[in-house]
Amino acid sequence: MVRLRPIVFIAVLLVAWQVAVSRHAGYILPGPWGVVGGIADLVRHGFLFKYVVASLFRVTWGFSLAALLAIPLGLTIGWYRRGQMALNPMVQVFRPISPLAWIPLAILWFGVGDASAIFLIFLGCFFPLLLTSINAVRNIPSVYINAGRNFGLRPAALVYRVLYPAVMPQLLVGLRITLGVAWLVVVAAEMIAVDSGLGFLIVDARNAGNRYDLVVAGMVIIGLIGLLLDTAMHSLEKVRSFRWAYSED
Amino acid sequence: MAVSETVSALPAVGTKLQVENLNIVFTRDGKTTPVLQGINLDVSGGEFVCVVGPSGCGKSTLLNVLGGFLSPTSGAVKIDGEVVRGPDPRRVFVFQERGVFPWLTVEGNIGFGLFKLPAAERKQRIAHYIKMVGLQGFEEAYPAELSGGMKQRLEVARALAVNPDMLYLDEPFGALDSITRHIMRGELLRIWEAERKTIVFVTHDIDEAVQMADRVVVLSARPAVVQQIVSIDIPHPRDISSPRYLALRDGILQQIGLAHKI
Amino acid sequence: MRALAEPNKWERLFWPVVAFAVLLGLWHYLVMWSGTKVFPAPVQVEKGIVELFHKNVLWPDIANSLRRVAIGFGAAVLLGIPLGLSLGWYPAANQVVNPVMQILRPISPIAWIPVAIIFFGVGDNAAIFLIFLGSFFPIVVSCIDGVSNVPSVYRRTGRNFGLSPSQLLTRVVFPAALPQIIVGLRLALGIAWLVVVAAEMVAVDSGLGYLVIDSRNSGKRYDLVVAAMLMIGVIGLILDIGVRRLERFKSIRWGFRNEF
Repeated sequence: MVRLRPIVFIAVLLVAWQVAVSRHAGYILPGPWGVVGGIADLVRHGFLFKYVVASLFRVTWGFSLAALLAIPLGLTIGWYRRGQMALNPMVQVFRPISPLAWIPLAILWFGVGDASAIFLIFLGCFFPLLLTSINAVRNIPSVYINAGRNFGLRPAALVYRVLYPAVMPQLLVGLRITLGVAWLVVVAAEMIAVDSGLGFLIVDARNAGNRYDLVVAGMVIIGLIGLLLDTAMHSLEKVRSFRWAYSED
Repeated sequence: MAVSETVSALPAVGTKLQVENLNIVFTRDGKTTPVLQGINLDVSGGEFVCVVGPSGCGKSTLLNVLGGFLSPTSGAVKIDGEVVRGPDPRRVFVFQERGVFPWLTVEGNIGFGLFKLPAAERKQRIAHYIKMVGLQGFEEAYPAELSGGMKQRLEVARALAVNPDMLYLDEPFGALDSITRHIMRGELLRIWEAERKTIVFVTHDIDEAVQMADRVVVLSARPAVVQQIVSIDIPHPRDISSPRYLALRDGILQQIGLAHKI
Repeated sequence: MRALAEPNKWERLFWPVVAFAVLLGLWHYLVMWSGTKVFPAPVQVEKGIVELFHKNVLWPDIANSLRRVAIGFGAAVLLGIPLGLSLGWYPAANQVVNPVMQILRPISPIAWIPVAIIFFGVGDNAAIFLIFLGSFFPIVVSCIDGVSNVPSVYRRTGRNFGLSPSQLLTRVVFPAALPQIIVGLRLALGIAWLVVVAAEMVAVDSGLGYLVIDSRNSGKRYDLVVAAMLMIGVIGLILDIGVRRLERFKSIRWGFRNEF
């Protein structure tokens, strides 16, 4: 019975929402039923699938590029104290700049379209992942490194057999959080700089006819997919060989 | 598995703590695990009792029940004739130094339980106990700045400040190095002799128990029963190389079945 | 492995300066080499900053952005901390509310713009609402985590000394959770700063975000665009350092190992 309580809670909220909407006749915002209708509408016209794929496509590219670049770079920088000293201030200045603030430059360099959006997502993921990687390396207990060297591991083996497993838990958490960021950025980027995808759906639905049922439908789908992505990453963290860092103490 | 052999030199009058036929059974996912079985124990006021036993035998569980944090599956724990129902400042726990609050200074920690007192009296008490445990000069220090032994003393001071009837110590010296541990035992005894609280002290270190306690309660492995209760009739300060001390200690070691030569 | 040896004190300033100089040099060279007419060289950006100051555009914009953050973030703190503490304290309540939060959380604040405009109209309030949304969830989550991570020793000690549940919450749980809450505040403030810039690009016509967009739209002044971006970065960094200062209080510092 306890398991059902969250569902009941959601149901209560939905009912309250529906009531609030029907009280204000002619109100622009849709009730839950209207949203369902909106989703059905999107599915019927084939937009839902198309837009979801577009958004996911951009996220995949931007996120993967960022990970492929930031993680090795970050691990290397973090390993050499001087490297970290040199680059940290600059990274700290770049980090608070919202990816969206890069839009003018993105459009200048890549034009309006997919490449711009991917660039923005890349930016949004790159700096957090860089910092996570640097941090992860800095936090490796020196006993691990010393043990590795004690056993005569050459640098390559040291990286593969000590460094990589040691940083994995922290990296996974960082990847999960950054994936969430990527999802936030893609939606925002699509609202401003491209003409497909879930973010675009929201803006377009409103501009082209005040279809707020589609707007909210879009929001709901964004939320659900974001949650799915997060859950998927979470289960990756549960893989046994990574769990050493999460043991209860 | 022997039943309790109570060779007590202390009077039966003034019994502070009574454990009557205590049983603790843990149930989890349908599996029941008996932890403590048929524990009977009487502790007199002002007595220093140590509970020893192998790791995991349930010593800490016993202490939790005595402190009111756990309810017995059957049997009763009574203090001054009253059944123990929950935690109470009249019987204060002392853990390893990790129980000290890191966001409060030494003064803040010691004064923690004194919120019902007027400010002037609180200050006085805090000063008194800082002096008693030897932390003068560190009033404004935070636990992060203290050594392990000092943090332990802080925790004892905090416990004493509320003037409890009983002190429960759960392996308090476990995280300290052996030299500090040695010193701390002396300190605890000194404090005990000054304030004469009733103390129940859990440890897995048999030497520690024989050095400090009036009586040593030896628990068996899980499910734990009282294997024996040994009265240590050597007056303080105890010479740890005296034959009597060694005899008592060896008696316990043999009872537990530990090797004599390493 | 000399590279792993402990660096000297003077190197703390030396290396960043070197790296920065290298970056500037590369930037300048790339601009020269590509012959671009549009993208600014470092010198032009610097001139742009001066120009913005002189036209008295920069200070009002900075003030507007900061003001919105202050209100939105402040509201998130005032509402989020009590809610987070309650949810952490009553796991049953958390279990009920959590799924809703998990669905709402991945929705970018920017996606709320149409809804926000309906409720608040175009302008300041919509932006503040978005900032509130962006900051709210990290704060609540960090409070919940902070409370549930309080070691049971502390709670037991509190009960042992006869504290009532409300005293336990204020005198033990809250101070014990505070380091983690502050981490959440720092994260939320960073997010607030990101959101305000984004919101200003879309929903209002003042502030640093607006400056970025406007500089491009009205005249392709990319030197001003980059100048504004730098300002955004620097101010965001200053805000972050400000919160880090909070972490240094002794009654909080215990909760942090070596921060970098």
